[in-house]
Amino acid sequence: MRRIPWTLVVFAALLVVPFIGSRFYTFVATDIVIVSLFAMSLNLLLGYTGLVSFGHAAYFGIGAYTCALLMKSANVPFLPSLLAAGLMAGSFALLFGFFCVRLTRIYFAMLTLAFAQIVWAICFKWNDVTGGEQGLPNVPYPGMEWMGSAPVLGNFRVGDHFYLTALVIVALCFAGLRRIVDSPFGRVLTVLRDNPERAQFIGVNVRAYQLAAFVVAGFFAGISGGLFGIFNRGVFPDFAFWTKSAEPLIMTILGGMGSFWGPAVGAAAFIVLNQQITSYTEYWPLTMGTVLIVLLFVFPGGIAGTLTGIVARMRARPSPGATTVPVSERGMVKPNA
Amino acid sequence: MFEFSFLFGQFLGGLTAAMFLFLIASGLSLIFGVLRVLNFAHGSFYMIGAYLAWQFVHAIAPAPEGFWLAALAAALSIALLGGILERALLRHLYSREELYQLLFTYALVLILGDLAKIVWGTQQLSVSRPPSLAGSSEVFGVTIPHYNLFVMVLGPSIAIGFWYILQRTALGRIVRAAALDRETLGALGANVGWVYTGMFMMGSFLAGLGGALVTPIKSIVPGMDVEIIVEAFIVVVIGGLGSFWGTFLGALIYGQVLSFGILIFPRFSIFAVSVLMAAILIIRPWGLLGRPLK
Repeated sequence: MRRIPWTLVVFAALLVVPFIGSRFYTFVATDIVIVSLFAMSLNLLLGYTGLVSFGHAAYFGIGAYTCALLMKSANVPFLPSLLAAGLMAGSFALLFGFFCVRLTRIYFAMLTLAFAQIVWAICFKWNDVTGGEQGLPNVPYPGMEWMGSAPVLGNFRVGDHFYLTALVIVALCFAGLRRIVDSPFGRVLTVLRDNPERAQFIGVNVRAYQLAAFVVAGFFAGISGGLFGIFNRGVFPDFAFWTKSAEPLIMTILGGMGSFWGPAVGAAAFIVLNQQITSYTEYWPLTMGTVLIVLLFVFPGGIAGTLTGIVARMRARPSPGATTVPVSERGMVKPNA
Repeated sequence: MFEFSFLFGQFLGGLTAAMFLFLIASGLSLIFGVLRVLNFAHGSFYMIGAYLAWQFVHAIAPAPEGFWLAALAAALSIALLGGILERALLRHLYSREELYQLLFTYALVLILGDLAKIVWGTQQLSVSRPPSLAGSSEVFGVTIPHYNLFVMVLGPSIAIGFWYILQRTALGRIVRAAALDRETLGALGANVGWVYTGMFMMGSFLAGLGGALVTPIKSIVPGMDVEIIVEAFIVVVIGGLGSFWGTFLGALIYGQVLSFGILIFPRFSIFAVSVLMAAILIIRPWGLLGRPLK
């Protein structure tokens, strides 16, 4: 059976969204695309390297403020601003990560949280630059005039243009992430997750690799934050608050951290659920908390993990006596499975 | 420079804040010390404790000293809530990775926060001071409400009480053993499951008590749960996760840094305490008085 290139199919389907012509669908799709990059960047740490960061919002926030400040206050064009957002977030990830990777487990999580609170406090209180509690409203859309005069795209609204821009950028980032996790470097990261001691025995510099993963994750979180600030038409200190760090964790658990696309699936499910539930009731956190508890107890592999399990079981059926696919406790598919 | 009475007033303000934080953070530290679970929902227990105290005060309004009964009832209700959650759910996550425990307690934050909004709405609520402590005294030119004095005495009393229970009684020996080696304790015939439940209930009781006792000083608002939990984290990290006297020291330091930080950098005192937390984690991850984990 020929393998269907699912990645391209999904990308093509997403390109079609503006043709539906609904402002609402484009809005939701933009949200999903941007936020899934945030969740995917976290999963490089969580699912691949085995590091539980509770302060990933710091890099999202740094990216958002960098991009917004450059575009709004310094009139820098969009692409350089966005790149700067990623680089700035990556640099802070290098600085903070240098200290974080020296700690293990719960202390690592606490230090990432502490650094995120520092970033939040700066955003919240440095009124002259960050606008303090009020944030920075009215971040401009990037100049996308060429799209307005292009043949098919000319009929679309500016929101659609931004959606397509964000989609292409995020797709490029995903391609980059895919290359990274499939590279020898990415393989070493999974070794660090499964057995850091053994990695050390065979001469891997554990901290250097963890730090590299931390920086890459910070860079992509920064890109995601930069895009989100524009999409949201403003950046606010809440972008770096600790509760924001919990969101990509929830999305990753929801989608399944054992597979590459899990966090993106989780982000889509999270945002669609949010849209659906908030149209019935204002008590979205209550629903999300309940969903999260069910996931933790009943489907620890998330959506992707559960589906992979079902598919694997169906494939295994023809040969009676075949054992189940080896899946580790976190619902993580083992590398050679 | 500043006058003495002004500085003394700042010091007392910091001390009052510290004693409240100590009540709450000691519960967090106790739970971490034995169960090795970092409970994000601890702040939610504190908030619900405050709301329940308000509710009970209104239910028994005619009694002049009803506040004390209401505070105790609120704290006991939170202990019960904690016990139920531990028995029914959290218990099953001990063998799993930290991430699952963290996310479980975070799910509780989401659920309890919303439930509080559903039951008590979003407007500010407040409770008046109990009549027996409604007065105030002047010390070195600073007016101190008697209620604040009471809290300043209560904090250390609870600390000494706990220290006594943990270090000098048979029950305390079991608790310390549970923190060191769960399996061996079980093999020796102790019911470790219930020791854990008991510890979780005791920690929750302290959160509920802190929430109930803070109501005469601070008004009850939604969002107080996610704010206090970060403060409590900072306190336990400074002192040392799981260290009882460390938490006490951490609370004292936190209160004073916040209180005097406002004088030096009016805008950046919340920044200063976060930096302090990060610095401690970098230099001494196990905190000022804690011991390194295995």
